Amino acid sequence: MINLDAPKKHRALIDQAHQVAMNMLRPISRKYDKAEHEYPKELDMLAAMIDGLSESGAANGAGASGVGGGEAEKKKRADDDGRTKNGANMASALSIAEMCWGDVGLLLSMPRQGLGNSAIAAVANAEQRERFAGVWAGMAITEPAVGSDSANISTTAVKDGDSYVINGEKIYVTAGGRCDAVVVWATLDKSLGRAAIKSFVVPKDTPGMRVERLEHKLGIKASDTATIIFDDCRVPAENLLGSPEVDVKQGFGGAMATFDNTRPLVAAMAVGCARAALDLTRELLADAGVEIDYDRPAQLQPAAAAKFLELESEWEGAQLLTMQAAWMADNRKPNSLEASMAKAKAGRVGSAVTLGCVELCGAVGYGEGELLEKWARDSKILDIFEGTQQIQQLIIARRVLGLSSAELK
Amino acid sequence: MSTTKPQRTSRHGLASTERRDPIGYAVAALGAVARSDLIDRLGLRKQTEQAVFTLTRGGFTTMGAAGRTFKRAGKRGAAGARVPAASRPGVFDLTPTEDEQMLVDVVAELATDVLRPAAQDADEACEAPAEVLQAGHELGLPTLGVPESLGGISEERSATAGALVAEALARGDLGLAVASLAPGAVATAISLWGTDAQQQTYLPAFTGDDVPAAALALTEPTVLFDVLSPATTARAEGAEYVLDGTKALVPLASTAELFVVGADLDGSPALFLVESGTEGVGIEADPAMGVRAAGLGRLHLDGVRIPAENLLGAADGTTYAECVRLSRLAWCALGVGVGQAVLDYVTPYVKERKAFGEPVAHRQSVAFMVATMATELQAMRLLTYKAASRAAQGRDFAREVALARKACAEHGMRIGLDGVQLLGGHGFVKDHPVERWYRDLRALGVMEGAVLV
Repeated sequence: MINLDAPKKHRALIDQAHQVAMNMLRPISRKYDKAEHEYPKELDMLAAMIDGLSESGAANGAGASGVGGGEAEKKKRADDDGRTKNGANMASALSIAEMCWGDVGLLLSMPRQGLGNSAIAAVANAEQRERFAGVWAGMAITEPAVGSDSANISTTAVKDGDSYVINGEKIYVTAGGRCDAVVVWATLDKSLGRAAIKSFVVPKDTPGMRVERLEHKLGIKASDTATIIFDDCRVPAENLLGSPEVDVKQGFGGAMATFDNTRPLVAAMAVGCARAALDLTRELLADAGVEIDYDRPAQLQPAAAAKFLELESEWEGAQLLTMQAAWMADNRKPNSLEASMAKAKAGRVGSAVTLGCVELCGAVGYGEGELLEKWARDSKILDIFEGTQQIQQLIIARRVLGLSSAELK
Repeated sequence: MSTTKPQRTSRHGLASTERRDPIGYAVAALGAVARSDLIDRLGLRKQTEQAVFTLTRGGFTTMGAAGRTFKRAGKRGAAGARVPAASRPGVFDLTPTEDEQMLVDVVAELATDVLRPAAQDADEACEAPAEVLQAGHELGLPTLGVPESLGGISEERSATAGALVAEALARGDLGLAVASLAPGAVATAISLWGTDAQQQTYLPAFTGDDVPAAALALTEPTVLFDVLSPATTARAEGAEYVLDGTKALVPLASTAELFVVGADLDGSPALFLVESGTEGVGIEADPAMGVRAAGLGRLHLDGVRIPAENLLGAADGTTYAECVRLSRLAWCALGVGVGQAVLDYVTPYVKERKAFGEPVAHRQSVAFMVATMATELQAMRLLTYKAASRAAQGRDFAREVALARKACAEHGMRIGLDGVQLLGGHGFVKDHPVERWYRDLRALGVMEGAVLV
């Protein structure tokens, strides 16, 4: 039965995440925007609290649980109506959106909730999942010369006895300075193309691996973004995620499967960040004497109200596409198309909304006295990482038109 | 207010600040001659006259002759039958119920097999063929929102089913979908807000074999029209209301036997049941850019006297506001259907059409337009479903429908625009339906009333 409101059983989780965002993230939001590269020590206590909640089964973690599927979650599945499931993907998307309503950069700095954790959850076998439980894992894909065409990476992994030796340079590793390990993409044989690309879990203390530097960025400054060098870095063979075989026919599927899971989560980040801007702008407009009327035609309302309605409409579309993608994942429906639609729409809406709100609020929006200008800086990355707007467009177009990557380049 | 006030057609779209200079007068005179000459030379005179006849066929005639007598029945003032709100599942779900899916499948067939093939001719004729309307009636479209206890098929609030049906129909053709759904809008309104007497008097006609044409008339022909503040007025006089004003873009106007009319009553908008045979009711053709197959017309109300019991629902504006929202919801669903039709059409086209030695779809500039179309269409659909499911569940949906309407007006029109663009010159000519969809999609955000879920 069609119903697009947030699941009832996740409401407590959403409320809880909202309280955390409001009372723990917002108070330190500007502080770590200013103090780039300083470790937000407040998050340790939050992470401990989330762990505690997860273990007690009281919640699925208020944080960005890309890992999901804890004991509490399994218990909750029994509450579903038997046909439709609202599970870990939905819970993650909703809680991430709330946390990013608080602060995107801090959410990305949440200990043990890195994108590498999502990759491990998506691709790892049971033994690896257990071994890497509780590890804070960043994700290292991008290289100085390779961005969107990740099949073209030049970091190499060479089998040597019971280990692989990794060489190369990775940039833009989120939480790269603070995490315990990184999931590194490297090629076993560049001549074999994407099929030879494998991912490896490399613990931080591994000899030959070093954090070269941290970036200075436009936004999400609370999150450290690292350049990591691998110089004859030797990792045990059992740290390879997925199959070690190079199956040319199977191609990129394994590695890319991660993205079907993480794209809706990045979309959720944009949805959360944009809602922060909408919530505040609505109130600032009301203070300025402009109330939003949902019944009266927009062209008969003040231009600011009409603009706000447009932004809110765009936002809601992005939010629903995000929930759709999560719902499909929970119900084991292939969602590659819908995940990219959510990411594409939420990426552009994140910018449109946050930038639009700055414009609507004028000097108040542009100045550092409010957080509107910060959200307008933070949101930009969400249209870039985990696949740029243009890459999402390519994926959507290929799927809708039924074209291969050779036909639609 | 004069019922014979002509439509503002004589100024050729010129703002009043435009002035003719001497050369302008000469050109205008030449133009007048050339125009008539051209018509004769091309042997078009007959056709042109035919078109004029079609467009003004109903003009200024009262409808008394056409209208049937609705026999008064039921208890006056007693509350009508109501279906309960749909259950609140508490689970996010995009799967229609089995009943809804069956309904959609049947309606989709009607859209493909009956509406689409008839669309172009109906668009030109500004009229929906009787057999198309009949096919819809036989499927039970007019009774979708009528309670089972009154002979309809609704067991609970069916806004979701209504939206799904509207979407499926419009995928065939928008104008014919509006014509097919117009009587159901009136029947649904009477089901939702009617008294026992109103339901017993009017609904049997809609649940029977000979379904009357009927229309929900809210739009008015004014710039910056605010549906919540209609210029049409209703004034109480003894046991009657007297209605004055003009409604625009009313579907099935020349054949409708019953109208639900929006009018201001003591400062609040309200709905009134007006039979077409009532004295003072005048109809004039009101052909528009699109939605032409719906047979759009103006409804002139000149001192129309109706019994006081013909007030439909509350007089305080609440019924009216709900009606406006449910109507907008139906338009959103229609827009999603047309948008899907465009996407369905351009997808194979851009893969077949070649330029520079390969399908144009192989170019990102083309492919990305399709990607955006697909993404925004899905967003429109989800926004519409969310508003519909909240309406069905009896929750507040004012915000949701406003956001859906904004998206459907904005992105729906964009889809229509890009649909033509993707076909290039072929999109501009009538060999392809995209030009019609372009014209039809402009109705979103303009039309109020006419349909209801």
